[in-house]
Amino acid sequence: MAIEKILKDDATEEKGERARMASFVGAIAITDLIKTTLGPKGMDKILQSTGRGHGITVTNDGATILKSLHIDNPAAKVLIDISKVQDDEVGDGTTSVVVLAGELLREAEKLVAAKIHPMTIISGYRMAAECARSALLQRVVDNKENAEKFKSDLMKIAMTTLSSKILSQDKEHFAQLAVDAVMRLKGSTNLEAIQIIKKPGGSLKDSFLDEGFILDKKIGLGQPKRIENAKILVANTAMDTDKVKIYGARVRVDSMSKVAEIEGAEKEKMREKVQKIIAHGINCFVNRQLIYNFPEELFADAGILAIEHADFDGIERLALVTGGEIASTFDNPESVKLGHCKVIEEIMIGEDKLIHFSGVEMGQACTIVLRGASHHVLDEAERSLHDALCVLSQTVNDTRVLLGGGWPEMIMAKEVDELARKTPGKKSHAIEAFSRALVAIPTIIADNAGLDSADLVAQLRAAHHKEGCNAGIDVISGSVGDMAELGISESFKVKQAVLLSATEAAEMILRVDEIITCAPRQREDRM
Amino acid sequence: MALAFDEYGRPFIILKEQDQKTRLRGIEAQKANISAGKAVARILRTSLGPKGMDKILQSPDGDVTITNDGATILEQMDVDNQIAKLMVELSRSQDYEIGDGTTGVVVMAGALLDQAERLLERGIHPIRIAEGYEMASRIAVEHLEHISKKFDFGATNIEPLVQTCMTTLSSKIVNRCKCHLAEISVKAVLSVADLDRKDVNLDMIKVEGKVGGKLEDTELIYGITVDKDMSHPQMPKQIEDAKIAILTCPFEPPKPKTKHKVDIDTVEKFQTLRLQEQKYFDDMVQKCKDAGATLVICQWGFDDEANHLLMHRNLPAVRWVGGVELELIAIATGGRIVPRFQELTPEKLGRAGLVREKSFGTTKDKMLYIEHCANSRAVTIFIRGGNKMMIEETKRSIHDALCVARNLIRNNSIVYGGGSAEISCSIAVEAAADKYPGVEQYAIRAFADALDSVPMALAENSGLQPIETLSEVKSQQIKENNPHYGIDCNDVGTNDMRQQDVFETLIGKQQQILLATQVVKMILKIDDVISPSDY
Repeated sequence: MAIEKILKDDATEEKGERARMASFVGAIAITDLIKTTLGPKGMDKILQSTGRGHGITVTNDGATILKSLHIDNPAAKVLIDISKVQDDEVGDGTTSVVVLAGELLREAEKLVAAKIHPMTIISGYRMAAECARSALLQRVVDNKENAEKFKSDLMKIAMTTLSSKILSQDKEHFAQLAVDAVMRLKGSTNLEAIQIIKKPGGSLKDSFLDEGFILDKKIGLGQPKRIENAKILVANTAMDTDKVKIYGARVRVDSMSKVAEIEGAEKEKMREKVQKIIAHGINCFVNRQLIYNFPEELFADAGILAIEHADFDGIERLALVTGGEIASTFDNPESVKLGHCKVIEEIMIGEDKLIHFSGVEMGQACTIVLRGASHHVLDEAERSLHDALCVLSQTVNDTRVLLGGGWPEMIMAKEVDELARKTPGKKSHAIEAFSRALVAIPTIIADNAGLDSADLVAQLRAAHHKEGCNAGIDVISGSVGDMAELGISESFKVKQAVLLSATEAAEMILRVDEIITCAPRQREDRM
Repeated sequence: MALAFDEYGRPFIILKEQDQKTRLRGIEAQKANISAGKAVARILRTSLGPKGMDKILQSPDGDVTITNDGATILEQMDVDNQIAKLMVELSRSQDYEIGDGTTGVVVMAGALLDQAERLLERGIHPIRIAEGYEMASRIAVEHLEHISKKFDFGATNIEPLVQTCMTTLSSKIVNRCKCHLAEISVKAVLSVADLDRKDVNLDMIKVEGKVGGKLEDTELIYGITVDKDMSHPQMPKQIEDAKIAILTCPFEPPKPKTKHKVDIDTVEKFQTLRLQEQKYFDDMVQKCKDAGATLVICQWGFDDEANHLLMHRNLPAVRWVGGVELELIAIATGGRIVPRFQELTPEKLGRAGLVREKSFGTTKDKMLYIEHCANSRAVTIFIRGGNKMMIEETKRSIHDALCVARNLIRNNSIVYGGGSAEISCSIAVEAAADKYPGVEQYAIRAFADALDSVPMALAENSGLQPIETLSEVKSQQIKENNPHYGIDCNDVGTNDMRQQDVFETLIGKQQQILLATQVVKMILKIDDVISPSDY
């Protein structure tokens, strides 16, 4: 008696080997897609959106690439998810985490083919991940006590992060920018205080860090272009026509003169409001909403700088850095907190006029102005810089540092290999596979740089046989080099997150032995 | 389709549109039903136990769920077959009633069906099989009671409860930090439990999740979280000894329901209206202040002006809080929901020891924590995790653990897990079978065999030799007359589940056997399936 189908018509069900195969294939496909972007000589990808305009993004940021893909394979979706989370949590290592998870699965596939149960593989992987983590912990360098050294560590990390991005030509310049910006934050991870403004034109080298706050707005006509010792009122209020908010109110008049009268009253009301604002004793007024000509004129008369239509983020940030409060009513001037800054002036970047607030109360804030040839370059530069900033701000909190260039992977691989030798039972195969997956990362880095990966990795492995070696792949000269001398460092936190979440994702996919896809929801045709 | 003929030999139509329907009858129908039920059980069989595998389920909208919770798998599978639907119902009712063992119950039912099929082939009438199963299930349930143990715990001694929850969690993907989660679940249940009445209201436990962070960061909050932030970025982020005004009216000028118009025709009117408007805002804030509130939680939005006035008067406020959350806050803080400003009085304010805003990760997510409430029985379990699937799966696992803890508080009898209870029941049922005269004897023996299938699946999923392991454990149980031997899934080295601290609740196990038997009886009694054929 044939089994009747249990599921709905279009639903599919894949079991056992086939299901595992589907998830391996999906995950490995994603890994292969992204793996060429890994390392300092990694290549970029062009992403074209399917939406209107076919906007183009050029990037080698793993999270950005994966975010833009439309994937149907459930295992691939898991990988995309971990890359996103890596981005949110530590900001960098988004490619590495996917590549490592993919390599782990690739090794697992071989083991499954050799008839080892997935659960055995998982428990082996878990032991290996724990061992790898403790191997890293033993080798971390912590320069928290020594501020000078720590700063150079940060600088190295920033350079390493940036070297795989579009900014690699000017990485010293940008690393300095990023480190300066993060040091200003004094340990907080609130990256909101760092504002990035992109202005096309000039070259990437012309980008600079500004100690202060830049608002991408123009100063109203006839108002002072430069104010010293500014007192700033940050407001969110209607400065166009102040509507009557009582429901159902409307104007009904029977003669032209009455219209004029009411118009006069309205004007009077606005004038009063402006007077009240001026009474705060300010010389700069920033509003989130529009300021119409009439009040603007009044402000100009009073010699007050009025800035209209600042976006919400801008307002909040301005309030934060100048220490003022966002006001909406103006009846009690004495109790409203005003913001302060030393100088407000209009500056020119390229062809655009911007307003620059310098000497603000909160010293943490700063602005990075990025210049570059095109929007694509600027977008990619912003992403790269964001990565660097994230990594640095996380490193400031967790000051442990590792060397880079495949060094941590080799250290982990060595320890894990040792563990495999000591472990009895089938698990040792899985542990060994874990170490192979780790070695795959330096291999890919070398491959992407067009080097002879087999030779290099073999040399590297030999070099690591000695205790306390600092050998890693020097992509520039194409040989094995001393990472400590070359100044290639990475943050421990990033490496740890890569290791743990890659293992977790691989585990999640390995545990699956059945995929059930429900019938796609029928969409009604709108005819 | 069989046709009936009347006495003149003309075809006789019984069913409406008979030729468009398919019909299965008699033994055919039973076999088709059994095979459908077995197919469902087969899907779940590999998910059983601590080494069970997960399933990926892709919903009609393309969302991915990864789980090994039986009820969830069946729920999301979107089955079409009627008998398969019965199995889904079965797992769901186990979920509602007990909350755990949703996979086990389906596997059990599948095994019973499998055995029934063989008996049918031998020509035993389905009703006799059903009756035999019924008797056997009664024996098994009684035997379970017999081998169960009472165990002691109290508000201070929570260790046994944590152990039980850990057994439940060990089969889920969260088993990496099962200890932590088990402790959280037990503490949550104990804080809302009424130990005298032996009752737990699980509604008082809210399980919330947010993507990001590690699983280890999951925490238990003695209070409520709201996914909102203060209405003004510069309001204080932390309020101690908060007196909370819970409002369902907006901070806006009133909008009467009746249609009206206010005509402005003179300048004076225009000005009075303006003054009136300002007074409204002032009054509203003043009323909150007068009542002594230090925090305003409002279901609706605020006008910019009102927002600033609140900020100005140092009265923090939260806007756009959903109705359900508002009610929860009201319950937890002991406040009353106030629909009009005029009715705001000091007695109607809710109280909370600490209200604070907390932000997460590199993104700008913020949540509001309301802690140490006047009526502190409501708690929230706040889950963090690597990705959305992980959080969803953790939520389901925590739910299972909560249910287990609740069941133990209701009835503190336990049986040992790892298949030991099933094996012991199987031995008991087998022994009892010989005492029954009649055909039922066969059904009872079949029931005993079906009971063996659960430990068998456990052994299979753990990568052990199923038949060898099972027979070894069984002989051990009989030889030493000790019902605590089970399958050593985790490769610890001992078969004694008492030493491994693996146990389950008695009611959970009993319910599993009863529910599975009931459904199987129902399926066996069907002898005719009429369904519209595919068009």
